[in-house]
Amino acid sequence: MKKTALLFAMLALTAGGAFAKDWKEIRLASEGAYPPFNITAADGSLQGFDVDIGNALCAEMKAKCTWVKQEWDGMIPALVARKFDAIIASMSITEERKAKVDFTDKYYASPLALIAKSGSPLRPDMASLKGKKVGVQRGTVSDNFATKYWEGKGPELVRYAKQDEAYLDLKSGRLDAAFADYLEAYGGFLTKPEGQGYDVAGDRLFGKNAEEKGVIGEGIGIAVRKKDKELTAQLNKALAAIRANGKYEEIRKKYFPMDIYGN
Amino acid sequence: MELFDFQVITSSLPEFWRGLLMTLQLTGIALLCGFAGAVPLAVARVSKNRWVSGPVAAYTYFFRGTPMLVQLLLIYYGAGQWQWMQAAWEAGHPVWLLFREPFFCALVAFGLNTCAYTIEIIAGAMRNTPHGEIEAAKAMGMSRFKALQRIVLPSALRRMLPSYSNEVILMLQGSAIASAVTLVDITGAARNVYSRHFAPFEAFVFAGLVYLVLTFLLVGMFKYAEGRWLVHLAPRKATKRKEAA
Repeated sequence: MKKTALLFAMLALTAGGAFAKDWKEIRLASEGAYPPFNITAADGSLQGFDVDIGNALCAEMKAKCTWVKQEWDGMIPALVARKFDAIIASMSITEERKAKVDFTDKYYASPLALIAKSGSPLRPDMASLKGKKVGVQRGTVSDNFATKYWEGKGPELVRYAKQDEAYLDLKSGRLDAAFADYLEAYGGFLTKPEGQGYDVAGDRLFGKNAEEKGVIGEGIGIAVRKKDKELTAQLNKALAAIRANGKYEEIRKKYFPMDIYGN
Repeated sequence: MELFDFQVITSSLPEFWRGLLMTLQLTGIALLCGFAGAVPLAVARVSKNRWVSGPVAAYTYFFRGTPMLVQLLLIYYGAGQWQWMQAAWEAGHPVWLLFREPFFCALVAFGLNTCAYTIEIIAGAMRNTPHGEIEAAKAMGMSRFKALQRIVLPSALRRMLPSYSNEVILMLQGSAIASAVTLVDITGAARNVYSRHFAPFEAFVFAGLVYLVLTFLLVGMFKYAEGRWLVHLAPRKATKRKEAA
């Protein structure tokens, strides 16, 4: 960790040369439908853990940040198309995405979890989910994992444009289970009145082997265009700074009782 | 990055094929049911009795006055929200259980929507029946029902063809919203491919092409039908007119 931080600090210094763009105005994007990480408030503004972290990073970088709300489906294409400069939307760092964009260091990490009625005998494996309807949000890590390991082998996957819609159908009984990011499910559903009577079924999935870990990801990072290496470096520096000065922990405690950074 | 990555499309052809079948089933069944309901309701719509035409007018006003996406979300998520409906699902009630299936919900929304538009199309064609034809039917001693059955409806159903072809095409395009309730139609397949490969251009260009081909086929079918059933309304040829004079 220290080594990479040092490396990035050096990078940031060298990037301070003639061609470096000094990022003083940054357009950040989030989805606003992934509580508690990013939520659309009643007045239409973006709030949540992602947004607080983003604002803390901007304060650390002394940059002026504006937030853009973007549908999850079009997030990476819109970044590439310069609609905004960075995505802070609880996006997992995956190989597939790294082909299109760069990521900062992780700012938190989360396993996957199967959400079902409390006491449900279901487990997050093929045999247990045979013939069951499992809801995932399209294009997320849980979708990728379920598609890769379960699709056509027993569980029937139902894809939703928004995570909230999967919970709606889980509650109404259209789904037997939802398969989602654990922290998102914890903050966005299980601890809310709507999520009463629902719980994590079986173990949380961190990835049994290197291949599974590759799908689940190295954690959640901030996505930046491949060209903008200086921005990535500046964000990493700021991230290390708020981790060190306690600002990160302050924000984390606002949302979660447990550590969500991992090792 | 290539300009157009064909690999994205070729590797997803089975998914697009299933999406095509889904789109055809949805629009086909919705149009059939909608049309079957629209004929008797259109007769009610042109009735001079307010108690008969009023409810039909209210129905078409509601379904033509709100977006089909809103209607679909209302039926799908609305139905799932009620406690009594959830209880009926758990109890395995045969009718309400249908509303658990996204396919059925989409069919209800699309069928009711196209039915409303078709009623107005048929009713409009019926109102435009030349007065002379109705007077002639009366002079022949036909009852109202006989005149409706022999003169007004057959003529109206022919004259509605051009505007009905629009409704059919709009219905095909409108069915693209089925993916909002987890159905994987052509658009749903494109969305899946798009999010898997981050290739919006390839996925949606291909989906657009499929719709384009379907529309082309529909236009051809209606052109054939119009040539067959509307030929008596086409302008006469110049030579014939000379003979007549």
